[in-house]
Amino acid sequence: MTLLALEGSIELGIIYAIMALGVFLSFRTLNMPDLTVDGSFTLGAACSAMLAVAGHPWLGLIAAMGAGFVAGNVTAWLHTKLKIQPLLAGILVMLALYSVNLRVMGGRANIPLINQTTIFSLLEGNDLAPLIIPVTILILIMVLLFLFLQTRFGLILRATGDNDQMVRAIGGNTDFTITIGLALSNALVALSGAIIAQYQSFTDISMGVGMVVIGLASVIIGEVIFGIRSLLRRLLAVVLGAMVYRLVIALAMEAGMPPTDMKLISAVVVAVALSMPVIRDYLLERKKRWVTRYGGEGGQADAKDK
Amino acid sequence: MLKINNLSKVFGQGSQNEKQVLKQINLTLAPGEFAAVIGGNGAGKSTLLNCIAGVHPSDSGSIMLGDYDITNWPEYRRSRLIGRVFQDPLMGTAYAMTIEENLAMALAKGKSRGLQPGISRSDRRNFRDRLAQLELGLENRMSDKVGLLSGGQRQALTLLMATIVRPSLLMLDEHTAALDPLTSRKVLQLTRDLVAAEHLTTLMVTHNMTDALAFGTRTLMMHEGSIILDLQGKERSGMTVETLIASFKKHSGEELVNDRLLLS
Ligand SMILES: Nc1ncnc2c1ncn2[C@@H]1O[C@H](COP(=O)(O)OP(=O)(O)OP(=O)(O)O)[C@@H](O)[C@H]1O
Ligand SMILES: [Mg+2]
Repeated sequence: MTLLALEGSIELGIIYAIMALGVFLSFRTLNMPDLTVDGSFTLGAACSAMLAVAGHPWLGLIAAMGAGFVAGNVTAWLHTKLKIQPLLAGILVMLALYSVNLRVMGGRANIPLINQTTIFSLLEGNDLAPLIIPVTILILIMVLLFLFLQTRFGLILRATGDNDQMVRAIGGNTDFTITIGLALSNALVALSGAIIAQYQSFTDISMGVGMVVIGLASVIIGEVIFGIRSLLRRLLAVVLGAMVYRLVIALAMEAGMPPTDMKLISAVVVAVALSMPVIRDYLLERKKRWVTRYGGEGGQADAKDK
Repeated sequence: MLKINNLSKVFGQGSQNEKQVLKQINLTLAPGEFAAVIGGNGAGKSTLLNCIAGVHPSDSGSIMLGDYDITNWPEYRRSRLIGRVFQDPLMGTAYAMTIEENLAMALAKGKSRGLQPGISRSDRRNFRDRLAQLELGLENRMSDKVGLLSGGQRQALTLLMATIVRPSLLMLDEHTAALDPLTSRKVLQLTRDLVAAEHLTTLMVTHNMTDALAFGTRTLMMHEGSIILDLQGKERSGMTVETLIASFKKHSGEELVNDRLLLS
């Protein structure tokens, strides 16, 4: 892999890690796969592009987070108040956001940001700007998230995904924890979309397609490789998972795979990762049967079994 | 302390499976009263507790707890006054979180749950002392995840969580039914000690007839959605398991059937 490609995928990995942290919030701490993500990622990018064009790139990031927060709120409201299943609630908001995003983008399907002032202009002339600025934002978010998840509210937010019945039994309002959790999750996703838009200098109406799957892949890859021992470790694992995912994609492209196949690969990665328990059981069963039929190491284990 | 008036509950209203599970229940518990509830399968014991806790909305009637009319409160709000332990040891705790995190969540009951630190140093000291009283060695495992604990340890922990902020009412729904006999005894003993130490008003469903007479100050027997027998004082102390079964038959006109009922 060329150094340039490596640098590019690390930069992307860091920006996408913010999105993956958002997916971690909904998928792991609330135990809800939230499909709003595909829409809120583009929503963030759209807000960011429009405000960057107007000359306010940083305001664009803040507006993106606000918009993502609202989008998450709507999904949570559909689920907690109207009792729509989380998966379907997310799909509905994702669909609605397609129209909303087009409106935000003034009816255009893409907005170029060539020669605009962006957040990266802050370190004009510094070649490492595309790395330094996202890393700073990511570290800030990790620290805030780590502290937040250990506050009184953070504890019941995490417990909601574990056992919502228990949270209500100790006086926690699970409708509220779900609402704040989904809102924060989508705020992070939108922030990630907002940074990507300015990083790649354009926003496209379909740039969020499959984003939730990439987020899930990052979370799961991180867990498999780096473990889930402690909260800090889990957060770090998500970030590293997002970077590993980018590297894998870069390698696949290096090997000659067309970029259009990347979504297929992402889907396969997530399907395999999610079915890991079933695959493991199947392999263990196979091994057991093989041992009973052809004998284990020297038959002694067999004798013990009987 | 607890005053239930004409409480009724129908499941599946208007459907083919419509079933009246609670029929005009009236029940008053004085402060510090400890009532054991017993009854056959499907008598409505769990439903009664769930209606008090707000898991199910009730169809008619009212529930007063302390000075509050909680009839229309959502479940989480009632929980600020009520401590609960469930039959399933998995239900009372968050398994992927640590023992001290679970206790900290329970300790925040009734306080604002904002961005304050979840666990303070003095909380930890408090938890250590409380856990040591359980004599299960949990005080040295405070940062272990609850998923690593046995069923009995979890029920003991849940009991501690339910009472760490003094509840106006403690409700236990067959909280030892999933435990082996020895552990079950230990958890019951712990229950008795905790309730006595804090003079807690308590409602405990049990399937053990002996316990229903031995524990607490009052025995309630439910059948088909009604309380058919309410024993206290002399009448109760004179009861044996045999006379209890006989009086069930007299009041309900049926044999007592409960898969899990223990007569010994
Ligand atoms: N959510 C529900 N929807 C419909 N019917 C229910 C529901 N919960 C309980 N029931 C029915 O209400 C009746 C009373 O159930 P409940 O669980 O209160 O009985 P119980 O006295 O606790 O019995 P057990 O000793 O078996 O625990 C049963 O017939 C049960 O099938
Ligand atoms: Mg029951």
